[in-house]
Formats: sequence, C-alpha cells, structure tokens
Amino acid sequence: MTARPYNFAYLDEQTKRMIRRAILKAIAIPGYQVPFASREMPMPYGWGTGGVQLTASIIGPDDVLKVIDQGADDTTNAVSIRAFFAKTADVATTTDTTQATIIQTRHRVPETPLSADQILVYQVPIPEPLRFLEPRETETRTMHALAEYGVMHVKLYEDIARHGHIATTYAYPARVADRYIMDPSPIPKFDNPKLDDCPALQLFGAGREQRIYAIPPFTRVVSLDFEDHPFERTKFEAACEFCGSRDSFLDEVVIDDKGGRMFVCSDTDYCQKRQQAQKKDAAE
Amino acid sequence: MSAPLLSAQGLSKRYGAVPACRDVSFELNEGEALAIVGESGSGKTTLLNLIGGALAPDAGEVVYRMRDGTERALSSLNEAERRSLMRTDWGFVHQDSSRGLRMNVSAGGNIGERLMAVGDRHYGRIRASALEWLGRVEIDSARIDDPPTTYSGGMRQRLQIARNLVTRPRLMFMDEPTGGLDVSVQARLLDLLRGLIADMGLAVVLVTHDLAVARLLSHRILVMRQGEVIESGLTDRVLDDPQAPYTQLLVSSVLAA
Repeated sequence: MTARPYNFAYLDEQTKRMIRRAILKAIAIPGYQVPFASREMPMPYGWGTGGVQLTASIIGPDDVLKVIDQGADDTTNAVSIRAFFAKTADVATTTDTTQATIIQTRHRVPETPLSADQILVYQVPIPEPLRFLEPRETETRTMHALAEYGVMHVKLYEDIARHGHIATTYAYPARVADRYIMDPSPIPKFDNPKLDDCPALQLFGAGREQRIYAIPPFTRVVSLDFEDHPFERTKFEAACEFCGSRDSFLDEVVIDDKGGRMFVCSDTDYCQKRQQAQKKDAAE
Repeated sequence: MSAPLLSAQGLSKRYGAVPACRDVSFELNEGEALAIVGESGSGKTTLLNLIGGALAPDAGEVVYRMRDGTERALSSLNEAERRSLMRTDWGFVHQDSSRGLRMNVSAGGNIGERLMAVGDRHYGRIRASALEWLGRVEIDSARIDDPPTTYSGGMRQRLQIARNLVTRPRLMFMDEPTGGLDVSVQARLLDLLRGLIADMGLAVVLVTHDLAVARLLSHRILVMRQGEVIESGLTDRVLDDPQAPYTQLLVSSVLAA
C-alpha cells in the first residue's frame, strides 16, 4: 500500500487530542467518569469501541500491542482488534504480557504482574456502578459528587441476605483513592486486588456510554465489603489441567456430554509460558 | 418553651398564573403533629414540598433547628447538607409507597439503606436493626428478605415508616399515608403511627384530606383553601367548633358512620 487509507491508528488527530484531554482529566481525578465525544468505530458497540478509541489515542509507532479477551489472545474480539491496529497503525503486536507496552483487555487482568512502563486499557460496557440501583443519570452524578455511596452497600447487603455471602463475582465495585466508587468493568473479582497499587497506568473506556476513567499508577483501590463479611478473592478447588497452576483464574470447560469438565487457565499467555518452562525443565 | 423545631414565614409559590400557596406561616414544635387539610388542589402538597425543601418558594423561608441546635434557613443549606438532613433527621412517607421504597430490594435492605448511607458497614448490626424495626411496625420477621412487591398496601406503608424511622429522625413528613388503604388497614396503621409518634417524640407534618386521620394523629390543624390558610388551631377546636365557613362545610360534609 502506498498511501494509507486512514490516519495513523484510524482516528483523526483532533479526535485523539479530545480523547487525550479526557484521559488526562481522568488521571487527575482517579475513578471519576469523564464524558467524552465517543466516535463511531468500524465495529459494533459491545466489541470494545471505548477501549479501541483509548488505544488509538495513546498508541505510537514504537508501541507493542497485546489484546486479550477473557484472558485469551486467540479469541475473535482479541484477534480482530489486534489485526485492526496492525493494519491501521502498523505496530508490532505480541501475545507476551511482558513484551507489550499497551495491553487492551476485555474482562481480565493478566496474571503476570504489570510494570510501570505498561498501560492497561479496559473495554467497559457499563461504567456506572450505581446504574442498577439508580436509573437517573442526573441523580447518579449528584451521588458521585457528594460521595453518597450507601446504596452500593445495599446491593452487597442483598447478596448476603439472599446467598449468605457476597455473591457478586464480577464487576465488583471498588473505591479508588478513597474517593470515587467505580465499576472495574466485568473483570472477575479475583482480579480486583491486582488493581490496587498497580505500577501500570489503567485506563477504562466505555464507547457506547461515552465515559473514560482511570486509575493512575500506585493508586489505592479498595473493594467494597462489610466488616463482618470482608472481601474475598475467588478460590478454586482445582488446578489448571494444562499447567497445574493453583493461583490463576480458571475457566471451567465442558469436554463431553456426560458431565465431564476440566479447569484451565483463563490467561492463555501465562498458561503457555508455564507449560514451556515445564517442558524445558523436563528436557534438562 | 424552647425555640420551635421548624418555622415557616410567608411561604408563597405560584405555578405560572396560579397561586398554589399564598403567604403561609406557622411554627412546629418538637414532638408536635401538625395536619394540613383541605380539598384536592388547595395547595397542601405544594406546602409540604416547600417545607420539605423539595420545592423552592417564590417568597418566604423555612427555618429548621438542626440537631446541633443551630437554626438554619433551608435555603441556606447546600445540596450535601440538605440531602444528609433528609436521610437522617427527616423522614418522608409517601402516599404511593413505590416512591418511598426500593421495590426490587428486600425489606431488610430497604430498612438498612439509611444506616448504610450514614456509614454503618456491619452486616450483622444492620440486619439486627432491620429485624427490630420490622417488629416495631408489626411485620412478620420471616418476611425480611422479601421485596416490597410481594407486600400488601398496608404492609408497604408500614415498611416505609420503618425505613424512615431507623435513623431516629425528629421530623416526619407524611403525604396521605393512609390513602388507598381499606378502612380496617387504615385503622391499624393509624394506631401504629400514633404509638410511634408518642414513643419517639416525633414531630410530624401530615397532609391529608381525611379529617378522621387528622383528628387521630395531629395536635394542630391548618385548613387550606385555594393556597391560603383559612383557619388554624388545635385539632379538637377546629374540628368540633369550626369558625371559617369553609371549614364548617368540610366538617359537615364528613359522613358519620
């Protein structure tokens, strides 16, 4: 191709500047949802249009991009978005968490700890944690402004009253920098502790809802709970069938029609690296 | 006697050309129940909204004595102070219970919400308070995890009351609390309210068109017509010896059972 049919990374420069301004504001006010003029992207809402716009605004020619969907590098959403940026920005892509400078994610935080030179971009379907309890946007904004977060605990109360424990297992609400309560997007609550004091910058983009929010590096993120029902990370009875990991988030996979099932790591990169290391050890 | 809990001076509100409330003044003492009566469209609900801060008056002001003893004009409170007042020191019982309750949240969650809003983060304590208050409003404790959608009209009203009283407010606003309930349910609810008001020393501003409710619950009455208070006084006096012609008409139009 001689002339690029699109601007670098698809979005025009004015749009990128607008989004970068929103990002800067979001970083300045951790956990606060900054409205932005979300653009139509060449993919449907729900496919990560918010995350894609964030990535398009921050990516440079030297960046190395990794895209994961539910922890996996090889699912449709991840493959499509990776191909999108390979085509429109001509950047290097990787599946290796440690090699990536930008990681766009849907529903997971990588198992491998992130470093200060990385940016994690989340795709967010519903950014407003108060939405299910308070349908009015004007009211939720007032509640955020006044830090009126009692209703968030009503939701957790309902969980305990119904199930005997806090049954919310994903999109588990957390308080950022002792101020705003945010929806960490539908990551499993297993990943919530990784948000706290994370060296990497974490950006959240909701395309349809037109909101951007952020957790700056090394920011305190506390999952909500009750004194007598503290937050608990999901624990698994099983180990990964492939790599034997006991401290990663596992997917349950049905393997036949007779009730057979197995548990495997949701983070494919993490799992494969462990398997390679085990093979290497066995060969030596 | 100490300063009144709440005093209104010269409250006026117009909706376009229609005056809904004209130059209304009154005082309310701690532990006192005031009924605002009048026919539909007489400005009762507008007055209640003005006192409760839900509407801003065109003229006049409402002064409230806060828990710390300072007297504050409601118009001088900022949004955060006003909302915190509404969650802690005030209560609202609506005629339509779905406005006062979270219909898809269990009864326990409804009662516990105010506690959680003021910072209680202990599930066991919140639940114990919810159970205690269900008992006080005579709802079977086995219903604690049922949402109000499964409750009868009378139970919903009682749940609304419990939800408000859990933070021990000093002032309750009630808009037709017995509206739409059948007579025997009304009687039980009124009986319960009378007991709670007396026990807790609650001040009440009650809006009703039902003179029987006003007689049972209130100490004093304001009679409103076309946005003006045309008569006020002790409940017994106003109902047994009405002075204004309109009040006489109201009282005489009540059917004796």
